Amino acid sequence: MPDQPLHDRSVCALGAALRAREFSARELTEHYLSRIEQLDAKLNAYITVTAELALAAAERADQQLAASTAGPLTGLPIAHKDIFCTNGVKTSCGSRMLDNFVAPYNATVVERLQAAGMPMLGKTNMDEFAMGSSNETSFFGPVHNPWDLERVPGGSSGGSAAAVAAGLCVAATGTDTGGSIRQPAAFCGVTGIKPTYGRCSRWGMIAFASSLDQAGVFARSAADAALVLQAMAGFDERDSTSANSTVPNYAAQLDDEIAGLKIGLPKEYFGEGLDSAVATSIEAAIKEYEALGASVREISLPNAPLSVPVYYVVAPAECSSNLARFDGVRYGHRCEAPKDLEDLYKRSRAEGFGAEVKRRIMIGTYVLSAGYYDAYYLKAQQLRHLISDDFRRAFEQVDVIMGPTTPSTAFVLGAKSNDPVAMYLNDIYTIATNLAGLPGLSIPVAPADGMPVGLQLIGDVFQEGRLLNIAHRLQQATDWHRAMPNLTTA
Amino acid sequence: MALDTSDVAKIAHLARLAISDVERDHFSTELSSILNLVEQMSAIDTTGVEPMAHPLHMAQRLRPDQVTERENRDQFQQIAPQTEDGLYLVPKVIE
Repeated sequence: MPDQPLHDRSVCALGAALRAREFSARELTEHYLSRIEQLDAKLNAYITVTAELALAAAERADQQLAASTAGPLTGLPIAHKDIFCTNGVKTSCGSRMLDNFVAPYNATVVERLQAAGMPMLGKTNMDEFAMGSSNETSFFGPVHNPWDLERVPGGSSGGSAAAVAAGLCVAATGTDTGGSIRQPAAFCGVTGIKPTYGRCSRWGMIAFASSLDQAGVFARSAADAALVLQAMAGFDERDSTSANSTVPNYAAQLDDEIAGLKIGLPKEYFGEGLDSAVATSIEAAIKEYEALGASVREISLPNAPLSVPVYYVVAPAECSSNLARFDGVRYGHRCEAPKDLEDLYKRSRAEGFGAEVKRRIMIGTYVLSAGYYDAYYLKAQQLRHLISDDFRRAFEQVDVIMGPTTPSTAFVLGAKSNDPVAMYLNDIYTIATNLAGLPGLSIPVAPADGMPVGLQLIGDVFQEGRLLNIAHRLQQATDWHRAMPNLTTA
Repeated sequence: MALDTSDVAKIAHLARLAISDVERDHFSTELSSILNLVEQMSAIDTTGVEPMAHPLHMAQRLRPDQVTERENRDQFQQIAPQTEDGLYLVPKVIE
């Protein structure tokens, strides 16, 4: 397809075209910057656009391409979720608290992708401190879903998902604490992978819930995601929970055979609460897998329904501790004319944080307070063990678990923003994976009423390569992932 | 579990968050509804279940006790709200 627009081509195709000198990295970066300029006013996917830095990086990429020292990602422009520290560039985490924060160093993930030669186009919008499922808690306003501007893109990595879906970058980074990569990937019709806990470094990634947080990738296909994840993953001594195990070659695994693959469908993920149009799309995708030679069986994750309550103890508890560092003293927002130290803390935090962040800090403070620890935090950690055991038993019977990523397609902006609990239930199918530390991936399947639907794949620990392979085989047999929203009109 | 406005005031103080009377009412309703969700946990008997502290059951990695970081005080203090002579300034604590 010689006339295929640049922003509709794969990482592999763009990389090959750059190495064949069909166009330069500078021209490619300019193409994306001009799309951002034309289209992002509708989407609000970017908080900061770093045009000068991107063009300078593109020029370095062109030098490497000319010297034949380029790698597979050299010159391919990426966007980073605004939760990753970027040296000399505002890193807001979607919060007023950090609206004035210019990070003094790069996150490991940013550093590695920079070393791979990917120019950074900018920083993407997100729910404040990654707490939200709709992007509506951002201090910088909500992101609009590129498939329907009246709808949410999902969250918390909504800006990254929308930017990839709309062709405003080749790929984007995200983080996933309870579904924050997979849910927006499903809502925006892109491929999103949350690796095993510890696979990508958390260093320089602003902490929300440290035992759950994990960095990952959004891309237009599993093959594209595999190349980007390859450059991000791996041990980092600066992250105390970084996994010290070898990263396999993901691209080399993509075409592995899937005939004989055993797929488990957890009955808890197909019950009450699942939208029937979403269920139909998921069933059609499972049928495709059967046609590719996979076998399907029902499994049970009996404790999975408890994952939402468990999460809303563990995540707020960890967040209340992590966010204690924002005190108006060393960096971030400080209130005007504090009368004493306590007033400085209290007003800086009250002014700097939005409502959802305050709710979670207070829930976390409460469940960790004297007399309540055993009833809440200890109980939640015990249930977390039971949820994890359910998965362990399931993987004795099956190779991969599949189900819907979300119970519905993207909802209308404002529909759930006044009811925290209704919002939390969006992540009912994604949270258990984080509690167990497992890798999960969402890929677009047949849309429902014109809106994207995500199929979730859950693998055993460090099975990212297998998940990408299983997703890639479906994407070779179908073209659901090829669809792009039409944003040029209106 | 319901939290009344005085519980909310106490929690907000522990979390060092200033909140208005109106917010106190809102938070008391919202936090109570979140705790109702959390109450579902009590349906399961977890007697004798080991709490899970790390998703991969890994032990904390240790490193030799050596200085590895550069001294970056000047750079880090450039983004501080108020500093003087290399120190962070806050309102007077000791009279």
